[in-house]
Amino acid sequence: MAAAVAMAARGCGGVWRRARQRGAGQPGPGPGPFPRGQRAVACNARGGAVPAGKSGLVPWVPVVGLEIHAQISSNSKLFSGSQVQFAAPPNSLVSFFDASLPGTLPVLNRRCVEAAVMTGLALNCSINKKSLFDRKHYFYADLPAGYQITQQRVPIAVNGSLSYSLCIDNKMSQMVTKTVRIKQIQLEQDSGKSLHDDTRSQTLVDLNRAGVGLMEVVMEPDMCCGEEAAAAVRELQLILQTLGSSQAVMAEGQLRVDANVSVHHPGEPYGVRTEVKNINSIRFLAKAIDYEIQRQIEELENGGTILNETRAFDSKLGCTVPMRDKEGKQDYRFMPEPNLPPLILYDAKSLPANMNHQQVINIDWIHERLPDLPSVKRKKLVEQYGILPEHSFTLLNEDGLAEFFESVVKQTQMKPKKVIGWILKDLLSYLKQHSLTVKESPVSSFLLADLLNLLEKKEISSPAAKQVFMELWKGEGKTPLEIVKEQKLGLLQDQKELEQICQAVIDGQENEVMAIKAGNQKVLNKLIGLVQKKTEGRSNPVLVKQLLEKKLSE
Amino acid sequence: MRAVLLGPWLRAGTGPRPHPATPHRAPHRALRAAPTAPNTACDSQQRLPAAGRDLPALKQKVSVEVLDHLEQLALVDFRDSEGVERLQKAIQFADQLHEVNTDGVEPMDSVLEDRCLYLREDDVTEGNCTKELLENAREKVEEYFVAPPGNIPLPKLEERETFLQGSK
Repeated sequence: MAAAVAMAARGCGGVWRRARQRGAGQPGPGPGPFPRGQRAVACNARGGAVPAGKSGLVPWVPVVGLEIHAQISSNSKLFSGSQVQFAAPPNSLVSFFDASLPGTLPVLNRRCVEAAVMTGLALNCSINKKSLFDRKHYFYADLPAGYQITQQRVPIAVNGSLSYSLCIDNKMSQMVTKTVRIKQIQLEQDSGKSLHDDTRSQTLVDLNRAGVGLMEVVMEPDMCCGEEAAAAVRELQLILQTLGSSQAVMAEGQLRVDANVSVHHPGEPYGVRTEVKNINSIRFLAKAIDYEIQRQIEELENGGTILNETRAFDSKLGCTVPMRDKEGKQDYRFMPEPNLPPLILYDAKSLPANMNHQQVINIDWIHERLPDLPSVKRKKLVEQYGILPEHSFTLLNEDGLAEFFESVVKQTQMKPKKVIGWILKDLLSYLKQHSLTVKESPVSSFLLADLLNLLEKKEISSPAAKQVFMELWKGEGKTPLEIVKEQKLGLLQDQKELEQICQAVIDGQENEVMAIKAGNQKVLNKLIGLVQKKTEGRSNPVLVKQLLEKKLSE
Repeated sequence: MRAVLLGPWLRAGTGPRPHPATPHRAPHRALRAAPTAPNTACDSQQRLPAAGRDLPALKQKVSVEVLDHLEQLALVDFRDSEGVERLQKAIQFADQLHEVNTDGVEPMDSVLEDRCLYLREDDVTEGNCTKELLENAREKVEEYFVAPPGNIPLPKLEERETFLQGSK
């Protein structure tokens, strides 16, 4: 079973070709090795190596693995009681242990263990009932102890998987599900922050972050391009946020991703990999990986070699550069952490009878209380409301949008399938244009539901509804009905008046009437248009068509 | 069931640590690996197991590359041939462990490994002692600690003055 999963997960088999030369029939990206704003060659999402093609080029298979550090959402740090907070005066959230003063010892935070167990369970991992802590030694100014406490030998969770979805060909209509294997999840300490002052040739060190709990999620190299990596990280981010184990905001450093990239020819062993760091957003993650893949392909095709080095992503230039300050191959001299005995976790079967509740972590208890993961939520949305899978993705992708949608559906008679159009096209595009979150929307779910009800009851036309929406967006506190009255957008309800107008139009367009009677139905649309004009858009086109047809057939 | 003999360990003391009487100089770049001569030769003799047998011969001498690597990793300065000798004796001493048959015995990390790992509640109980922490710092800038711009790498082997000075 595991082997089958491994086979299925074996990357997308995406194959990259040298951007400059193009085989027959391959979509050309344009001149230059790094076309702006466009990936050079699309990944073959269907899997399997793509044949070399007429140009006879040997294809390249890129291999991408990710190491993700997620800051645990907790009040205090992993091994000490100092506070975890993003922005605070320098060195104000530092305990003696965090500053590595002699005579201090680590004391494990229960909440951090629970967060790691939740995350492991959500990622289908086996939770190790006994895991160990180790020291990883290296020297750096923001690591006062000279070592980091981590879990190198036996981490808390192993052998999981993460499923994520991609759109093929940039069309939202075709989504494919992929899986990446999770090698392990381990608990470890974060380091402090270094601020480099190049003018005075010094580094300023703030230890507020030193000792904060991290979950390191190690993914197997099952991905093949920036898009896959970005989708996987986005899904992981949603999962972590749903669990509450991490807030996973990349901009605040709560989610850090390092990418390991290499390329090789199909059938040959893996190439030398480089590590890419300093990636600050999911968008940059995709860019950095794609750039690095291209760079490696170019280098190798020009007869060069790839160094096993660490490179930093420069977001301004859109490229990776070698990082200085890496002194050759690091020897971390891992050793067991002597101050911490093994971490023992229990389940329903192994629960000890006489132990203090507070000292016991029950994996089964945590499992029962896991919230619905994003994939489950999406499935429920599709089943309950009949919306398309890609809609469910967009709903969950935007914080609060799914709740907004459900709230509107509850308050309106309009079918969810129609409501979703308003949510995703109208509301969301307005929010994006004004860079607002759902919570900041000037149009509440109540107001939108109100508007949709007017539309559903045919009191206004669709274009009129859009106008009302635009007006609501101004946030002046008017209800949809008030706006309709003010701007006279209501559909004419008086049948007689409408009939009179239709008759007037028919009487005024002799030629068109003759054409219609002769069999040319398309001309009817012109008449409908004229009625609309006369009514200033306040007529229901369907009704108008019916009336006109009736009159013309008399 | 533990098969390790504790006897020789207890008598031999704690192994190659600096003699407590040595004044502690503030470590600049490197920490002295051993006290100054002349006491050392006698000390290490006294710390041999009371049985008085010879230490097993070292399978191979510690190479210069390994010494250099160790100095880089641990910022320890072996300084002269006596320091290296001491290191070799220490390794020989530790090699005695190989004489113990540990087949089927789980390795032990610490004598505390059967203790319960205490789990702390997630409450904020420490911190807010910026002033106290900065008291220890020689240099500070607006409540930040000050450090050199990056790790200053040890000079390469050839350029180092102090490496194995006395051993030529």
